[in-house]
Amino acid sequence: MNDRTANPRAWWFVLPVLVLVAFNALIPLMTVVNYSVQETFGDNVFFWEGLKWFEQVLNSDRFHESFLRQLAFTGMILAIEVPLGIAVALSMPRKGPWVSVCLVLMALPLLIPWNVVGAMWNIFALPDIGLLGRMINGMGIDYNFTQQPVAAWLTTVLMDVWHWTSLVVLLAYAGLCSIPDAYYQAAKIDGASAWAVFRYIQLPKMKRVLTIAILLRFMDSFMIYTEPFVLTGGGPGNTTTFLSIDLVKIALGQFDLGPAAAMSLIYFLVVLLVCWIFYTLTMRNESQ
Amino acid sequence: MAKIALQNLKHSYMTRTTSADDWALKEVDAVWENGGAYALLGPSGCGKTTLLNIISGLLVPTEGRVLFDDIDVTDTPTIERHIAQVFQFPVVYDTMTVYDNLAFPLRNRGVAEDKIASRVQTIAKMLDLESSLKRRASGLTADGKQKISLGRGLVREDVNVIMFDEPLTVIDPHLKWLLRSKLKELHQHVGATMIYVTHDQTEALTFADSVVVMHDGAVVQVGSPVELFEHPRHTFVGHFIGSPGMNVLPCEVHDGSVIFADAVVTTATPPASNSIDGRLEIGVRPEFVRFDTGGIAVEIVKVDDLGRVQIVETHRDGYTIKLVVDEDQEIPSENPRIAFNPDYTRLYVDKWVVDHEQ
Repeated sequence: MNDRTANPRAWWFVLPVLVLVAFNALIPLMTVVNYSVQETFGDNVFFWEGLKWFEQVLNSDRFHESFLRQLAFTGMILAIEVPLGIAVALSMPRKGPWVSVCLVLMALPLLIPWNVVGAMWNIFALPDIGLLGRMINGMGIDYNFTQQPVAAWLTTVLMDVWHWTSLVVLLAYAGLCSIPDAYYQAAKIDGASAWAVFRYIQLPKMKRVLTIAILLRFMDSFMIYTEPFVLTGGGPGNTTTFLSIDLVKIALGQFDLGPAAAMSLIYFLVVLLVCWIFYTLTMRNESQ
Repeated sequence: MAKIALQNLKHSYMTRTTSADDWALKEVDAVWENGGAYALLGPSGCGKTTLLNIISGLLVPTEGRVLFDDIDVTDTPTIERHIAQVFQFPVVYDTMTVYDNLAFPLRNRGVAEDKIASRVQTIAKMLDLESSLKRRASGLTADGKQKISLGRGLVREDVNVIMFDEPLTVIDPHLKWLLRSKLKELHQHVGATMIYVTHDQTEALTFADSVVVMHDGAVVQVGSPVELFEHPRHTFVGHFIGSPGMNVLPCEVHDGSVIFADAVVTTATPPASNSIDGRLEIGVRPEFVRFDTGGIAVEIVKVDDLGRVQIVETHRDGYTIKLVVDEDQEIPSENPRIAFNPDYTRLYVDKWVVDHEQ
């Protein structure tokens, strides 16, 4: 294999991609890095600040709180959406005319723009005029997501579950459909119970797609902004202020570009780190 | 152990049947004796797998009955039929070890762990899997995985029938041969009825005592390999078994004698009457055709030297007739004439043999 001819001109073919990536990723990222280590008072005058903003963000209670809120939210929606998605996928028909009906119904929430989802749920859950809000209050439960933190959380989680469980369903369903019939027939002959079929055939065969599903749902929910912003605006108080909402408040509300840049870099590294750990762990299991 | 009887089995995958083509299985009647080794042989799409799945209970036939030891099991679920089935593509439970894979059918049936351990050891020994019992099943090669599939069938002691659905398709040729002899050995060892589905005549003929040839959703002949070779009851059997396949030549019947190419051909069984309705053909295997100066004049087109034998392709009136002759036999260069061995030359009407003995 050593008779390959090295032609340095081949590097020119990489150039267009390099330029594209530079403009949509590297350059914007570098401006953020730039802001994160400097202070500015306008007029494009910058003062070197070193790691001050990073220290400030990492030591601030505000960041800690929104970070914990974010973790709690992501944990909750993963704990609900993944099992629910698998359960729905298992109960969907695998053959026949209902397949496409189910698939379209499942895909519908995914097609709705995020701010529309937020607005829909906002109105849907309003205690005085919303269908859901009126119904809950009609049952004698005091529910007002604009004033009660618990109600605000429940509504936000419910909205996310409604919006994104379908993604898990579709991925899990694709995994299920790829299992050859012979596995089910063999399981029948081996006398396997429905649970054993799930545990030893369906779940292992869905592992790869579920890894992707969890990864996607983790990233998306960890960066969630539009839906809770439209639904609750981060309130009541700061109770549903997740990382992105907080970041926008700092950057555009208070115009503290330095701390905002430092925070977004920390934020980015956290997402990257978690994804990397998760991916490495699952892939290592795979190769064993 | 069980005797299997299939009575008037018919199956269609459609909910409404309008023509004969809608039936995957047209009409199957068969009795398979306890402890026999049977092969279901036929081209892809002839209904072999359908028949197998009906026997194992994965499919319920549209019409007809399945009997195990004279007990009707047509509506009995798979798990109660005590059958084992090995599929075309190896099925292993990826996350389990080889040991757990083999133990799985027993655990599902609530067998005690110590009993399981001894059974798994026995089976692993039979299949040469002892050294890999602790390994994850997903890491094995295709033939190793197929052995596990087979082992899961053998591990149960109450198995009536073991069925193989083209089990060697994904196995390398040299391992195929090994695994096939293993199966044959197992059959003598275990004594269960075995049904082996294949489209490969070599596999069928080496494995089975009795070969069931299927064509277009129907059983065309059941017999030993020798019977199928010497006495094909249907022109399809002649074509499908043997290499090259049987010569099938259109003919006429006049005054009680069979005429092909203006010559009278003597057949094993003479036609019953002077005029027979339907398409008339004679069938004779290339092995039973010889050069004969007093025979039918032909034109030699091609000679294939296969080493021990030569295959000679000849033409007469636009029809191809093949001969198998010994390697040292000389092939006539001028005015070649051929003759058919009357004991193995048969008359077929609408593809079925004309035969009064049976």
